This record gives sequence, structure tokens and C-alpha cells, in this order.
Amino acid sequence: MQEQDVQMHVNGKPVSGKVEARTHLGDFLRQAVGLTGTHLGCEHGVCGACTVIVDGDAVRSCLMLAVQADNCDVTTIEGIAEENGSLHPLQEAFRNNHALQCGFCTAGMITSLYAFLSENPNRSDEEIREAISGNICRCTGYQGIISAAKEAAAKMAKDNRN
Amino acid sequence: MGVRQIGARVHRVEDENLIRGEGKYLDDIQLPNMVYAAFLRSSMAHAKISITDVEAAQSLPGVQAVFTYDTLPSSLISKTQLETYPAPIIKQSMLPDLLANDEVAHVGQAIAMVIASSRHIAEDACELIQVDYQPLTPVVDVLEAAKPDSQLTHSTLKDNIAASIETKFGDVESAFAECEDSLELNFKQHRGGCHSMECRGVLGDWQQQLGELTLYSSTQCPYLVRRMVSKQLGCPESSIRVIAPDVGGGFGPKAGYYPEETLIAIASKQLRKPVKWSEDRREHFTSTNQQRDQIWNLKVGFKNNGEITAIRGHVTHDSGAFLNYGLLLSATTLMPLPGPYKIKNLHVTLDAIYTNTVSTSPVRGAGRPNAAYAMDRVIDAVARHLAIDPAEMRQINLVKNEDFPYQPGSKHRNGSMMTYDSGDYTGMLAMVKEMADYDGFRKQQKEARANGKYLGIGLACFIEDTGMGPYEGVNVRVDVSGNVIASTGATSQGQGHATVISQVIAENLDIDISKIRVEAGDTGKFPHGIGAIGSRTGVNVGISANDAAAQVKTKALKLASILLEKSENELELSDGAVRVRNDSNQFITLADLALQLSPAVAGKLPEGFETAGLEAVSYQTTDYMPHSSGANIAKVEVDIITGGIKILDYYVVHDCGRILNPMIVDGQIIGGVVHGIGNAMFEQMVYDDAGNPMTTNYGDYLLPLASEMPEIHVAHIETPSPANPMGLKGAGEGGTIPAIGAMINAIEDALTPFDAYVAQYPVTPEYILDLIDGKKVAAE
Repeated sequence: MQEQDVQMHVNGKPVSGKVEARTHLGDFLRQAVGLTGTHLGCEHGVCGACTVIVDGDAVRSCLMLAVQADNCDVTTIEGIAEENGSLHPLQEAFRNNHALQCGFCTAGMITSLYAFLSENPNRSDEEIREAISGNICRCTGYQGIISAAKEAAAKMAKDNRN
Repeated sequence: MGVRQIGARVHRVEDENLIRGEGKYLDDIQLPNMVYAAFLRSSMAHAKISITDVEAAQSLPGVQAVFTYDTLPSSLISKTQLETYPAPIIKQSMLPDLLANDEVAHVGQAIAMVIASSRHIAEDACELIQVDYQPLTPVVDVLEAAKPDSQLTHSTLKDNIAASIETKFGDVESAFAECEDSLELNFKQHRGGCHSMECRGVLGDWQQQLGELTLYSSTQCPYLVRRMVSKQLGCPESSIRVIAPDVGGGFGPKAGYYPEETLIAIASKQLRKPVKWSEDRREHFTSTNQQRDQIWNLKVGFKNNGEITAIRGHVTHDSGAFLNYGLLLSATTLMPLPGPYKIKNLHVTLDAIYTNTVSTSPVRGAGRPNAAYAMDRVIDAVARHLAIDPAEMRQINLVKNEDFPYQPGSKHRNGSMMTYDSGDYTGMLAMVKEMADYDGFRKQQKEARANGKYLGIGLACFIEDTGMGPYEGVNVRVDVSGNVIASTGATSQGQGHATVISQVIAENLDIDISKIRVEAGDTGKFPHGIGAIGSRTGVNVGISANDAAAQVKTKALKLASILLEKSENELELSDGAVRVRNDSNQFITLADLALQLSPAVAGKLPEGFETAGLEAVSYQTTDYMPHSSGANIAKVEVDIITGGIKILDYYVVHDCGRILNPMIVDGQIIGGVVHGIGNAMFEQMVYDDAGNPMTTNYGDYLLPLASEMPEIHVAHIETPSPANPMGLKGAGEGGTIPAIGAMINAIEDALTPFDAYVAQYPVTPEYILDLIDGKKVAAE
């Protein structure tokens, strides 16, 4: 199968490679770039585990072809923490609120909430529940995730003010 | 130090990697020269097959091998999957060939395995294999399959009955003769699949020079996988190391042994390369065990004061195409009857029936949610019949505190009499009623009905046998760096076992949790183990870790006493060292003590030390099964125009004895409740009459989402179990077990004005409308 050249910025670093046209962004990130923190849960765009941020928007990396992300800015779970390695408020809050058990959906939850709360951290419980209604978690029953999102949102709002 | 760890809300040691995206799940593992497997699976539910062409697949560039039944190595002990849990009571044991030989019995059964340089190419090659299908009549419906004149689900069977089992105690005949009234209840229970967010996966890495296979599997039970693959291949267990890396959820079906585990081992050995297979979601729907249908027919005898005296009935249980998990799901369906209710006479039989659908095995709670549901529906039905409030009805029938230890008369599957060790069932009922303002809600419900709003409240009380033995061992070792290594047979899929093991050790040895490293899920690190099933791990590793750490402490004090020339009562263990009380200058660190007992120091072990190293291993066992219990309340509103159900609130009072980590227990309970809500309202594995699965993606098969889930309020009571030294009881499934009953009772309660009887779950909006319409038609 014919291969295409792609280049993009992933977590701030330039990345390039050759991919088959059918290679989705999730496989490209996991296999070619080696960032396995993005997980593939259903590969048909429903579970949300593979969510990454492309040019500021939360995107299911199983539904986007790698070639469609050509020249885009991609952020994965590995790029969420601060540059000095300290955890992002969402990551911290996920640990504080037991918002993860097996951890498989966690990357998608955090990236979805990152995009959602970065836009506006002042959100109601209902809005947060709606925002992650495209992310399935089988372990937690979502309650810890909602608490974590609220804790992180408060921190993010405060950081925005400072 | 001196910080209490056991019972504290300690943050999980597992989380750091997972929140950074640095976990290592099966599909994340990349080995040099690795190749990829894909499976050609049956597209028909029942057919004779012959493979007519593999040439095209074999010659596709990048393909390394194509395996079919005929080309499996003749060195195998059997080309058919060996029995995982054999039992004499199994009448007809059907197990799949590792790759189908001449007959397939469900859509999704593996026919061929292709190994290629990429998964894409392996999947492309599967498409090129030609299979000739000669259709046989499939039997999809379990009641149809149970009929004596049914078509056969496998052409070698005599009938479709895998086994018949029963639970029986008391004198049911006399009890029915003496009861004042009786009712018959029929209902269908349908539980879906596990739907762990990570599908299954296997990676085999055969090392020819060592004669060893490292088999990574996304499994709940690595020791079972080691045992079965070793038996199937006919090689020593010690030549196989099974590693369960980070596992993205299990919920039961990952506790089984699957043909893919042996097939990947075979491919790796033959190709001398690492071979990886990652199940995709469609395969998960058609090849990973599910739970699905049970049809219940019960007769209940009772007195007019509400006291239930007898239950008789039959369960028709869908085994799917094969019995690859033995009768464990069937057994756990009958064993918990009659739950927390004091019913002295009971006889329920169960037939496990083959159908041409995916095989079944336990999903979170196994048969316990089914049994709990049956009992809570019985209670509500009799309450309604006698016009007794459902809460009062439970109060009348629950086992009382003075009854403990209580033996209902049933037997555990190990043959011992079932014994409820401790609890406060009526106290929990009172507590959950208080939390949910039960009486207040009844008033609110009456007012709402007057305004055309249909509110409902549902109760469920349950027991759960937990902590199944014989053991889950833990070895605690202090090494010369002063770190503590705990190795164990326990295997996690997100339950936080490493955290609770660390808590128990940290408290015993008074060291910081960051100094403890837990090694688990690796048969190379600990010799014996079982795995995470049946709400057993916390109990078993809790008591073993506690005992092993206590032994290490004893050993440390004894050695320090020799070295510091002080009697042991003058010493204390604190903050990583044995210290002379009231003398801060005299101490010896655990690291130094470990060095004294290590081979690094020449000579002989000190007097009285028979074993090397500052370490100890423990395989503690519970005397009998600790029983967790609980009382739940669900509140719902049913929209009679759309049939939609809104869950307003959910309340849990749970008793898992002494709690090791309340944060983790609450997480287990809340997640478990949501799983039960999914069973009650959403999850449905649908087959058409030809046996084609109709729900093989998450658009068709619905899982609970954040937007529909209520706030779940959890409270605990702690009645320590007398069955083990720490008073522990299990907590992994207690959320799920009562949730379906509480939900359906609430929905039915909301529909009281329509005199509706909910005869099946999941309850869809269409079904609700049918119930409402049925009443309207009757009224007209």
C-alpha cells in the first residue's frame, strides 16, 4: 500500500513519518511516535479512550487519519503535565479523588476535560457530566471523575486569574 | 511515623504512572522483531466448515504463517481446549477446538490464525482465506434449546443440556402444604458482557536458548493461564512465565483461559519471534465470554403476616456454545439463595443449556446479582400481594443479629455449609431508609402522582460470600537498601491491591509507603496464586501481608536484640529502624538488619535464625467465607409519555467488615452500582434468529454514561468478620449485586398506578411503554 508523508507537532516536538493512508492517528501516535499513553478502546469512535487534542479541540484519534493531522498541533496525555514534570491540576485531582481504577480510559478523560475546561473552567456538574458523556469508564461509576474535574476546574480558574 | 495506615484514605500508589500515560498495558509492549496475529472467525452461528484455500493468504507480502486446525503442531496434548474447571456433575462438556476443525458453534469462533509483520496485513490476509460453510440449524433462544426435541447446538450432543444442578434444604413439600398463600413469579434476567475498556490481548515471547516462554496476557488469573498453557503444550509449568501487565479492567471474563493464549504461544515458539495479538472491540463482542440470559420460574409460599416459608423453582441458564468456565456461573447463581432472608425451605434447580451464541462465564458478581435479584423481586411481589410496605416486608424476613453465625441450609461449592459469619442486616435497612428519607419520599411520591409524575423507590438487601480461599500468598522482604519488596500472587485490574498491601505492611513495619515495592501479576515473581475473582483479593492478601509483615517485624526485633544486646521488650520498631526505647542513639536500621541476614555477610546465620534474609512468606486462609452485606435504595422517575427513566438518587449502606482503605472501597461500590444500573437499563446483547450478533459496537450496545448516572451516596457499617484475624470481608462486587433489584423494584414501584409487573431486564423505554399500554388496553 502506498505510503504518505506526514508531519506534525506532538506535545510541542516536531514529528514526521511515512504512513499508509488508512493508518489512524491513534495508531500513528502509539506505533510510529511511541506514545502509548493514548489507548484504543473501541476503534469506532464511541468510547473516547483515544481522545487527544488537535489544534485545541478534543478529537478521537481512532476516527482521524494520521494524514488528516498533517501540520497540526497534537497534545496527548504525555504532554499534559507541566514542562518541569509536575502534574497538571487535572492529573493531581484525578489522584486525589480516586477518579481512576484500571486507568485505561484515564488518558481520554483527562484530555477531554483538558480541552473542555481550558475553554472555560466555570462549569456545572451537569455540564461536566455532559462533556464526558462521550468517554466511557467501566470502573469508577464516574463520580470520582466529576469530583476531580470540579477540583481541577477551581484550580484552573484560579490560575487563569493569576 | 506511627501513622495509622490501615483504614486510612491513602492515595493509590498505582496512579502516578497511569495519570501520566506511563502505564504499560498489553498492547503498549513492543519487543524487537515482534510480529502480529489476527484471527479469522466464523461468520455463521452453526455450520460444518472446510477451509478450501489458504494459499492467497500465505502469499500476501508480510505474512509469516497461517495456522489452521490441521497445521497445529502434533506435539500438543490436545488440539481442543482443555477443561478449566472439570466437575463430575457436567453431563456433556463441550469445549472449542483451538482453531475450529469441521464445525463451528457460534459467530466469532476462531477458524484460522494469521501471523504477519503488521496487524493490518494479518487482517488483510484473514480476508483471503476461503472457508466453505455448510449451514446447520442454529439454536439461539435458551428456552428453545432446552426443549427435549430441540435442534442440537453441536452435532455430537445428545441434547443441549450441559448439566443440571440444584440447591435444596428444609422440607419444601410440607412448607407449601402448610403455607397460607402462594404466588408464582416468572422473569428473564439478561446481563451483558464485561466490556472492560481494554480488550483482551496476548503476547508470546519464546526464548529458544532458555527453552522458556514469557507469555504476557491481559488476564485476571496468570497462574491459571500458566497451568492451562502448560497442560495444553505438555511442557513444565516452570518453563512458562505469565505476566499480567497493567490490565485495563477485567470484571470476570478475563479470569478465563482462552484458546488465543495457547495459540499465541504456539506461534511464538514456531516462528522464534515475539507474537502479539490485541483483541479488537468487535472480537470482544463475539469471542470474549459474556453472561446473558437466565429464565427464572419461582413459586413462593408465605404466611399472611408476610413471613416467607418456602421457595421452589427452576432456572434455565444460557451457557452459550461452550462450557469453557465449567459450572462456576451456574453454581454462583444458586449458592447465594435465599440471600439475607430467613427462608427455611427451598428447592431450586438449574439447567445449563448450550446455545449457538458466545460462551458465558461470570461477569462482576457472577450469578450473585441474579440470585439477589430473584430474592428482592420475590420480596416485593409478596409485599404487593399482601399490601405490606416493601421495607416492612424486608424487616420481617431478614436474618436478625441474634441469628449469627447463621446457616441458611445451603452449601458452598466446596461442600461446606454456607455460614453467614456476621452482620447487621436490619440495622443497614433502617440506616438506608433514613439516608434516603424513605418515609418522606413516600409522601412526595403520592403528591407527584396527583400531578401526573411517576416517582418510584426500590429496595434491595443482599449478602455476598467473599474472600474465597484457599489463599493468596504474600512474601515480604526487606532488602539491603532498606526498601521493602512485597511479592504476591494477587493480580490487579484496577482494584488498588498494591496500595492496600503497602498500607498493611507500612503499618506493621512503621515505614513510609514510598519505601514499599509491590510485585504482582507475574508468575516469575511469586510461585503460587489464584487471581482477582469473587471479591477475594483484599481479604486474602490483607491477612497474608499482615502476617508476613508481622513475622518480619518479629525477626527484626529478635536480631536487633542480639546485635544491640538488649532484651526485645526494650526495643521498638519505628521509622525504618529497631530502636532502644528512650535512647535515640541506639538503633539499627532495617537495611543493616537485612544485610546481617543476607549472603553478603560471610559466616553463619545468627543463633536461632533458620531462614536467610529479613523476609517472610505467608499464605493465610480464612476459616470460612466472610459474608459482606448491604442495603440499597434507588429513586427513579418514569416518564410515561416517552418511557424514559431518570435515576434521581441512589443510596448504599455496605458492610465489608474492617475497611482497609475507604477511598478504594467507595470506588469499588460506586463503580459496581453503575455496572448494575447498566444491566438494569442499558446493556443488551442481541442475536437474530440466525445467531448473528446484532449489537457489536457501542452505538448498539449501550453502556452507562456519566450523563445518565445519579449521585451515589455510600455509607458503611463495619462488623468485623470472625472468619479471619483482621475482620476483613470482600468489597469488589457488592455494588453490582443488589443494584439491578433496587433499580427494577424502583421502576415497578413508579408504575404502581398501572399495576405493572416488570418481567425482564434491561428495561428499555419501549418496554416501559408496553407495560403502560397493556394496562390502558385492559382498562378500556
